[in-house]
Amino acid sequence: MSRIHTLTMPKWGLSMTEGRVDTWLKHDGEAIDKGDAVLDVETDKISSSVEAPFGGVLRRQVAREDEILPVGALLAVVVEGEVDEAEIDAVVERFQAEFAATGGAEADSGPAPQKIELDGRLLRYFERGEGGVPLVLIHGFGSDLNNWLFNHEALATARRVIALDLPGHGESGKVLARGDLDELSGAVLGLLDHLDIPRAHLAGHSMGGAVALNCARLAPARVRSLSLLASAGLGPEINGDYLRGFVEAGNRNALKPALMQLFSDPALVNRQMLEDMLKYKRLEGVDTALRQLSATLFAEGRQQADLRALVNGGEHPALVIWGTADAIIPAAHSAGLSAEVHVLPGQAHMLQLEAAEAVNDLMLDFLDRH
Amino acid sequence: MARKISYQQAINEALAQEMRRDQTVFIMGEDNAGGAGAPGEDDAWGGVLGVTKGLYHQFPGRVLDTPLSEIGYVGAAVGAATRGLRPVCELMFVDFAGCCLDQILNQAAKFRYMFGGKAVTPLVIRTMVGAGLRAAAQHSQMLTALWTHIPGLKVVCPSSPYDAKGLLIQAIRDNDPVIFCEHKLLYSMQGEVPEELYTVPFGEANFLRDGDDVTLVTYGRMVHLALDAAASLARQGVSCEVLDLRTTSPLDAESILESVEKTGHLVVIDEANPRCSLATDIAALVAERAFHALKGPIRQVTAPHTPVPFSDALEDLYIPSAAKIEATVLELLQGRKVA
Repeated sequence: MSRIHTLTMPKWGLSMTEGRVDTWLKHDGEAIDKGDAVLDVETDKISSSVEAPFGGVLRRQVAREDEILPVGALLAVVVEGEVDEAEIDAVVERFQAEFAATGGAEADSGPAPQKIELDGRLLRYFERGEGGVPLVLIHGFGSDLNNWLFNHEALATARRVIALDLPGHGESGKVLARGDLDELSGAVLGLLDHLDIPRAHLAGHSMGGAVALNCARLAPARVRSLSLLASAGLGPEINGDYLRGFVEAGNRNALKPALMQLFSDPALVNRQMLEDMLKYKRLEGVDTALRQLSATLFAEGRQQADLRALVNGGEHPALVIWGTADAIIPAAHSAGLSAEVHVLPGQAHMLQLEAAEAVNDLMLDFLDRH
Repeated sequence: MARKISYQQAINEALAQEMRRDQTVFIMGEDNAGGAGAPGEDDAWGGVLGVTKGLYHQFPGRVLDTPLSEIGYVGAAVGAATRGLRPVCELMFVDFAGCCLDQILNQAAKFRYMFGGKAVTPLVIRTMVGAGLRAAAQHSQMLTALWTHIPGLKVVCPSSPYDAKGLLIQAIRDNDPVIFCEHKLLYSMQGEVPEELYTVPFGEANFLRDGDDVTLVTYGRMVHLALDAAASLARQGVSCEVLDLRTTSPLDAESILESVEKTGHLVVIDEANPRCSLATDIAALVAERAFHALKGPIRQVTAPHTPVPFSDALEDLYIPSAAKIEATVLELLQGRKVA
């Protein structure tokens, strides 16, 4: 009994249409396990490894290094069991013929985010996967649902996973009434109402963690568990220089040093990331929203909300993940919590991007148990 | 995924959203409404290429068709701008600038200075520029340098739908006269454009490609040819940094210098005629302020010093091409290892 798998160019984030094959990490004839990184791919936004969603033997590297290929294009053939070369030739030929015929149409189809009007304001969200108790992903300050570029799909293998743009962010409405945690949490709970979800797992990154905690405070019965990544709300310290730098930055050169503080590999802050962030910051209302949030949540460079009691109250199981090199919110805030705590060595604030695989594994395991 | 619309639609949307937001914004020009008073949408062309199509019906009384008299209606727009309105006036082809130059050069551009900084002239002149439409010498010029030369004017040359919308909104809100140059051959270009309002600031070049070997500085339609050349050169092991100036006045000198300091080589690409041009201006800037960083001569890829030819074959030769840019870069780097 043998199976032939095709590994294709992934689609990371909504706007990815093509990727450049950087380096092959596995070679022809090498055995690979499900989840192994097979090759590195670089997009105009970010570079990362392509993981095998299946195990077997890598029989053919179809894509060459430095080749730029559209989303859905054939990268490699992986085989379980015995298959001769002629059969692999036939699979490759058939795939390429079909791919050429559809023109890689996959890139533009596929799941798309939705927009709804909630309390007179647009709210964008993006659903993937189905079944189980749904998981809601809540991004941090100044980010959007693309925060979960490398997590959303992986987490959606076992359940319905919804990522949203908080008010003031992404493609959601930019006008905030009070610009406080209750308003942001209200949008999350409002989305749950709209989708008829009585109870959900909440995962939050940075400020999104405080939003998740605050949802658990406002509506404890709606929250099944909390996954808190480099979360706000768990201690008073926050990098005020970063916040000021980020909010004030109006051009590339001002923004770059701020964003570099987020990553353990500063080379990830490339031209495209800066341009995308500037595009967001230029939208009408964003500057006001960011200043409003920063003033209410992080006045004078201190976190104003202490939500540790929500974790320690024991009502909701909690997973806490942090990076030791977090320059925005110190990993020390993870100490003394009644939660499953994992502190990843060397990781910085954007650990869900930079250590996506480790974070996904920890979250999947945690969610399966709760 | 952000929605994709054309450069032309992006301009139309910027006009519509600003007119909705600000009652003082109105548009006027030859055929801006087109067929006004005639029944039905089909009669309303909305400009010679339909850029303002549909606005006449959305904004009654605020889309004005003018007589074929640039001297008259551009003067009227300048006057309106001094009296608290924000006119967006269309000079159909930049080639017609001669008919209304006094109104722009000696009036609008001078008011702020002449009245001790107390006068504001929030005027936008939208105008079509560039060759490639087989429209011959009197409808194809790239007169960017003419405007850039005049203190008191701001000069904008968007290269993409995103920039077109954001720069036009910025132009409308700006309190100085702005010449907004729309390249005819870009009107159908598609790109991602946010539905919301946003502004792209003036004087901030856009780094469209990072590179180490040579800096390509350009603006307008030439941006795309420079990117094509850069992609081809990348396959030959040459890494180009591509800068889109976005606005020629104000000029983002800092970004040009920053890039040349890094790469040590500069090629300026300009669709305009070569004498007293943006290309020569930028070459002079770099020669004066970054000479120490240069590892070779500054090169310019421009149109020749002739009118735009009527012959198709000659017009194609006249406009700088990606192949010319590529050849110039390779020539410049000769003596260096080119893989």
